[in-house]
Amino acid sequence: MANKLVSEMRLPPHLAHLLAARRLTTAKDVLSLPEVELMGVLDSGIHTARAAVAHVSEIACPPYQTALALLEAVRLRGDGRLATTLRGLDEALRGGIPAGKLTEIVGPSGIGKTQFCLKLALLATLPECYGGLNGRVVYIDTESKFSSRRMIEIGEKSFPQIFRQEGLAQKMAGRILVLRPTSLSDFTKSLEQMKVTLLQNDVKLLVVDSMAALMSSEIEKSVTGLRQHPLRWSLSFLKSIAEFSQIPVVVTNQVRSQSSDDGYHYSFEVGKKDGTNSAERLESHLIAALGIQWAHAVTIRLVFEAHSGHRFIKVAKSPMSPAVAFPFTVESSGIILLTDEGICVPGPEITSIRFQGGVRPASVRRRCHKINAMQVRTGGACGDCTWSSTMVGQPALSS
Amino acid sequence: MEIADLPISTSHRAKLLAAGYSSLAALSAASPTRLARDLSIEIQEAEDILKVAVGANKSKGVDGLSTSSVIKGAQNAWDMLSDEQSRKHINTGSADLNNILGGGIHCKEVTEIGGVPGIGKTQLGIQLAINVQIPVEYGGLGGKAVYIDTEGSFMAERVYQIAEGCISDILEYFPYCHDKALSGQERLKPESFLADIYYFRICSYTEQIAVINYLEKFLQEHKDVRIVIIDSVTFHFRQDFDDMALRTRVLSGLSLKLMKLAKAYNLAVVLLNQVTTKFTEGSFQLTLALGDSWSHSCTNRLILYWNGNERYAYLDKSPSLPVASAPYAVTVKGVRDTVSSNNSKRVRFLGMLSGANWAPIFEH
Repeated sequence: MANKLVSEMRLPPHLAHLLAARRLTTAKDVLSLPEVELMGVLDSGIHTARAAVAHVSEIACPPYQTALALLEAVRLRGDGRLATTLRGLDEALRGGIPAGKLTEIVGPSGIGKTQFCLKLALLATLPECYGGLNGRVVYIDTESKFSSRRMIEIGEKSFPQIFRQEGLAQKMAGRILVLRPTSLSDFTKSLEQMKVTLLQNDVKLLVVDSMAALMSSEIEKSVTGLRQHPLRWSLSFLKSIAEFSQIPVVVTNQVRSQSSDDGYHYSFEVGKKDGTNSAERLESHLIAALGIQWAHAVTIRLVFEAHSGHRFIKVAKSPMSPAVAFPFTVESSGIILLTDEGICVPGPEITSIRFQGGVRPASVRRRCHKINAMQVRTGGACGDCTWSSTMVGQPALSS
Repeated sequence: MEIADLPISTSHRAKLLAAGYSSLAALSAASPTRLARDLSIEIQEAEDILKVAVGANKSKGVDGLSTSSVIKGAQNAWDMLSDEQSRKHINTGSADLNNILGGGIHCKEVTEIGGVPGIGKTQLGIQLAINVQIPVEYGGLGGKAVYIDTEGSFMAERVYQIAEGCISDILEYFPYCHDKALSGQERLKPESFLADIYYFRICSYTEQIAVINYLEKFLQEHKDVRIVIIDSVTFHFRQDFDDMALRTRVLSGLSLKLMKLAKAYNLAVVLLNQVTTKFTEGSFQLTLALGDSWSHSCTNRLILYWNGNERYAYLDKSPSLPVASAPYAVTVKGVRDTVSSNNSKRVRFLGMLSGANWAPIFEH
């Protein structure tokens, strides 16, 4: 709409000629100028300039809908949500990952983000009778973490009745298209090509794993002021793809440690300083990479964190859901929730990311039958099986 | 007013001055044909210039016929006081929040609401879009809402939930009134609340400028709109702009237009804003986005922030009210007052995670 040509707008002839003569060819050109400047460029009176702006605005403005029409459209279309089969999470999200919006998964490394994405990709390919979207999936893998063997394993363990059938595994896996861009420019190129082909090829889910990996390589190259540019463009493009094709878009994000550069308080709050807590906070709390602008732009944010010896999925930002956390584990059939009743998390805790205690490295597939909180924290082996917890990265902090 | 101040094109102005018309008096004495000959322009254009000049004369009060005001267009402060007192406010859903705002969001004023992601800005915006529609007999304005969405965070099912919450609260407080008339019953359905919200989805800053310009015409056709909400005003201006000076000019143009619309059509304008970090007083602090010049544009400013585990709102700027904070909560029904005691809707508390009571949950 912004680039709509003035020549196509069917304005009154004298206005159309005037704008064309001054080389104001798109709606953007006309509307970006303040009124007085426009008067100067067109060399006409204020009434002409205002009439031109009013006409162009009316045509460039998108049509309105009532909220009721939106609701009916959502209900009619079945709204394309992707149910995650994690019952508690689906209830909290009112059906599943929403279509047409950007959903972000953020958490420390090794916690299960890619496992979650693999499961989502698989679910989207399943026929609708099994709760899937019966469509193709585009999986953009920037860190080469996509393992088709692992995905088939997840499929066989969670839906044995489907995967036992002949050739079905091949058909499902065949619907997942994996792209491996090596740089940001590759990524943007493939996104641009994708916009049209998404609808033609019946793609029902787009996964970007992970967004932060692309950005971190760019940050070293550029000056701090320009750091925002490639991010901004990708962000608005991803959002427009999501809305244009009305499919769920899932993006994963990394974490970084907090620095004193991050502001936390407003100027009117400066009086209260949480002195003793801050040192502890800096060590154990992480924050999402990509900054606060990205945090504002995503519609749903799921935080994966680990503390007290367990892992949690927290619904940190969602217009539809209360602030709840679900404990989970990663098994051979993918991610499963330990309980479907969410734990209510009051306050800003819901957005913080903690990484304390033992986290199982991704290569160990054994399941521990009894999770005893005390043993996990001290790092010993659980009595019943050979699973032992290993601390990855962070020093052991007693919580 | 001088010739230099007339709203005519630069070439015409130059020709007038070159031809010797240096004051309005000289211009008023001329006839169209004479003017056309002197400036070598068309007669129609000469007539237009004279019309503009006559209009300028009138507003100067040269005719001296207006007795109601000394300066045309001014209103004396006493009349304004009675006007302000009779103005209605839009309920925000939380009584504490209404109190610090002096009754609610003011009509005829522009209010900016900002906060970190996830604090409830969109929730408050949707709540206001619903609350403006509360019928007059239940203490509301009975108006419609325009919701301009730049981020795509407007979810129709959540709006339905909030509408249901609002209706159930109305029926709770006014139990004897609702069965008065069938038409009253019809109006208190969530579907009719959703039908009175006009939704625009904006995908670029050009469309944002276009929709604000178009609102003038839209509001003439839909005179019962009482609130315009823009969620959020920042998003596109943080994406596409390289030229900061142009951004400031465009934003100030937008805020002036919005103020004009608020006053002319007697509606409330609510702008939702994002946050950014700024280096002041030796450390990085949070502040609302779009810069210092934008912060002057709004009449009222409300900042939503976390205070411990509760959501608070801080009235940062207001022409008539003192700065103050108030707590509020976002519940399944929408924005309401906080409750300090346990709420039956909550499942469990965070305290349980500290280890002691955890084991029993895992015994299947």
